[in-house]
Amino acid sequence: MGRYVIRRLLQMIPVFIGATLLIFLMVNVMGDPVAGLCGDRKCDPATATQLKKEFGLDKPVWQQYLTYMGNVFTGDFGTAFNGQKVTELMSAAFPVTIRLTVVAIVFEIVIGISLGVLTGLRRGRPIDTVVLLLTLVVISIPTFVTGLVLQLLLGVEWGVIKPSVSSEAPFDELLIPGLVLASVSLAYVTRLTRTSIAENRRADYVRTAVAKGLPRRRVITRHLLRNSLIPVVTFIGTDVGALMGGAIVTERIFNIHGVGFQLYQGILRQSTQTVVGFVTVLVLVFLVANLIVDLLYAVLDPRIRYA
Amino acid sequence: MRGATHAKWAACAVTVALAATACGGGGSGGGGGDGSGIVSSSWGDPQNPLEPANTNEVQGGKILDMVFRGLKRYDPKTGEAKDMIAESIDAKDAQNFTVKIKDNWKFSNGEKITAKSFVDAWNYGANLKNNQKNAYFFGYIEGYDKVHPEKGDPGAQTLSGLKVVDDRTFTVKLSQKFSTWPDTLGYPAFAPLPKAFYDDHEAWLSKPVGNGPYTVDSYTKGSKMSLRKWDGYPGDDKAQNGGVDMKVYTDNNTAYTDLMAGNLDLVDDVPAAQLKNAKNDLGDRYINTPAGIIQTLAFPFYDSKWNKPGTEKVRQGLSMAINREQITETIFQKTRTPASDWTSPVLGEKGGYKGGLCGDACTYDAAKAKKLVEEGGGIPGGTLKVTYNADTGSHKEWVDAVCNSINKALGEDKACVANPVGTFADFRSKASKQELDGAWRAGWQMDYPLIQNFLEPVYFTDAPSNDGKYTDAEFDRLVNEANGETDTNKAIGKFQDAEKILAKDMPAIPLWYQNGSAGYSDKVSDVSLNQFSVPVYNEIKVN
Repeated sequence: MGRYVIRRLLQMIPVFIGATLLIFLMVNVMGDPVAGLCGDRKCDPATATQLKKEFGLDKPVWQQYLTYMGNVFTGDFGTAFNGQKVTELMSAAFPVTIRLTVVAIVFEIVIGISLGVLTGLRRGRPIDTVVLLLTLVVISIPTFVTGLVLQLLLGVEWGVIKPSVSSEAPFDELLIPGLVLASVSLAYVTRLTRTSIAENRRADYVRTAVAKGLPRRRVITRHLLRNSLIPVVTFIGTDVGALMGGAIVTERIFNIHGVGFQLYQGILRQSTQTVVGFVTVLVLVFLVANLIVDLLYAVLDPRIRYA
Repeated sequence: MRGATHAKWAACAVTVALAATACGGGGSGGGGGDGSGIVSSSWGDPQNPLEPANTNEVQGGKILDMVFRGLKRYDPKTGEAKDMIAESIDAKDAQNFTVKIKDNWKFSNGEKITAKSFVDAWNYGANLKNNQKNAYFFGYIEGYDKVHPEKGDPGAQTLSGLKVVDDRTFTVKLSQKFSTWPDTLGYPAFAPLPKAFYDDHEAWLSKPVGNGPYTVDSYTKGSKMSLRKWDGYPGDDKAQNGGVDMKVYTDNNTAYTDLMAGNLDLVDDVPAAQLKNAKNDLGDRYINTPAGIIQTLAFPFYDSKWNKPGTEKVRQGLSMAINREQITETIFQKTRTPASDWTSPVLGEKGGYKGGLCGDACTYDAAKAKKLVEEGGGIPGGTLKVTYNADTGSHKEWVDAVCNSINKALGEDKACVANPVGTFADFRSKASKQELDGAWRAGWQMDYPLIQNFLEPVYFTDAPSNDGKYTDAEFDRLVNEANGETDTNKAIGKFQDAEKILAKDMPAIPLWYQNGSAGYSDKVSDVSLNQFSVPVYNEIKVN
């Protein structure tokens, strides 16, 4: 186990370097960011040169990358164009997005897995068909439609929620955005759980457990569900990263100043420091989430051992 | 039925979720009509640090307009530059100015405003070392080339053209004649700065201190700024409300939704998608007034294909092939007005605006357009590529419409094609480096309501925003003469003569004048936009 973890951690290093390098190059390919800072007019050349020097844009790309990575290891993520430290932007954006992600994941786990178990146990019954249809509808409607409709109905028409989230973004204001963000994944979790449960229901160990006379609840939670969760956990694990970086649509609709919004701003303004900084952290989140998922396999199915 | 319990549980979770969010209600304080109510307004995250000489876009400009007052201020209704802190600005020769300031002005931290407050601020703004993006505003002052050389380090730290005479007087020497120069002083870059700005710059940036009707109460970068009325404000344009809360929105659609739901008092940028509904939704509370912004299509004069005799006929023909009326009506819901000169109606007849100056070339006439383009030798390269940035401003729709109009008029499917560029920065970088062929969208938002500002920075030889590298000796001569003219009416006449050369050469096709659009809730009144399409916050009353 310990060796496995160490090996995995070591594997992360090339992935991390490769990913950041790619992002760095991609942002650089987009051209000269200083040109966008002066609005519809040309920056005066002297100021532009001076600004480039300040942001280190006058050096060759490889040198910029090396300096950047050197700084990252000391915790210095550079300065965004509006004069704010990127770490400052992060400390404002990540807590908000983490809260939003937590809300979304909880919805996925609670609603998704419950519905999955329910339908998996009752395959072919009316309830199964209804849920299948519902999930199909949710999957086929884009998030921004769900978001805007809910915002309009609950926020403007019925006045149940505030249509926009305040800058503090407390948990209660994030419930509806979280639900919207989770909606598509939630449908997938339901379907994954359903298939897995339906398959394993006929497995030998379930039959044995039933034959032993175990109570139905114990059979389902301890034997059936636990073994059926492996694909679901894999999905949710990768979804953590996807939700954090990909919440841009939801964040825009509900005015959430999180990671997606900062990334979007960074890309629009071609602020290399902001984009690379945020992506760096997101890459780490992805890697760690994947590691945790892999380790969870062993908990769920003791037959899986890591040498 | 175990399944049923599960379903029930899920239903409960959703109900709880809905109920809990409902608790997040409650708006900001009222206060009644006694001038103490707080206005909440939509805002965008400023792109640059908030310093007078470093702020060149609307979002930061809004704040400066509340927190700062300069020597002059543009009357929000007429656009006229009126004395604010200045008692008098005199010159005999349009080049040597003596500025006298009023006695009773101070910063909100109690510091007195003296001639030095201005001279130091301008020296700071002009100095290359300080990276101020508006430094070129000080370019007319003598000695600018020393403190802001095109290459290398500055040879001087202060502008030699600025001299403090006494506490209330300073003199300005310009490097060339510029009779309307005092009228440029309403631009925020010319604001005075308190000592605190230099002493602790970081602290000042996190909470700017100025001399305007509002003070900054709190500022959370990227999300919210609370401004409060400053009771000690000496000017006569005191705030009519208790303060303004500026909230950053990720999307102006959300801001509009918030306005509809009653969570926001003022949206100063109605999203394009909502323009159709705004009149219905808001009635009289929808504002659509002209702003000092013109959209044009610029051409690359650095490309020999576009710079040979005869191509002016092609450009005029293309201009004639654009159905401005139809596009402004269907796509912009009349928030744009078809342009017929190169300035803006906000200048007024007196200020130099002259509708119809462009003549027939700006009137839609498909048959004549086709004939002109053919006479001019056809579109260089056969196809006109119109470049625009696709990230903001919903330019795609109108560029497509313009191309459509041209294609229909010329009877060719491929006469005009749109060419989107991913980001604004990339678009600007390509335009300013002369990498674009064909035409590109060239918006111009005025810095100050002067006809000079619409012509000189954009069409003068090698001017900073002359991206197409248009050059015409006669145009340059007329602009220089106009600048040297001490009589304003004569100066404007000369500028209009220069504009007639643009009508002949058509270096850029005028498309339309842009309006500012805003909407407000029934909780506030006396809302209006100034010529820069910025709300006049200090006049807003909370009911």
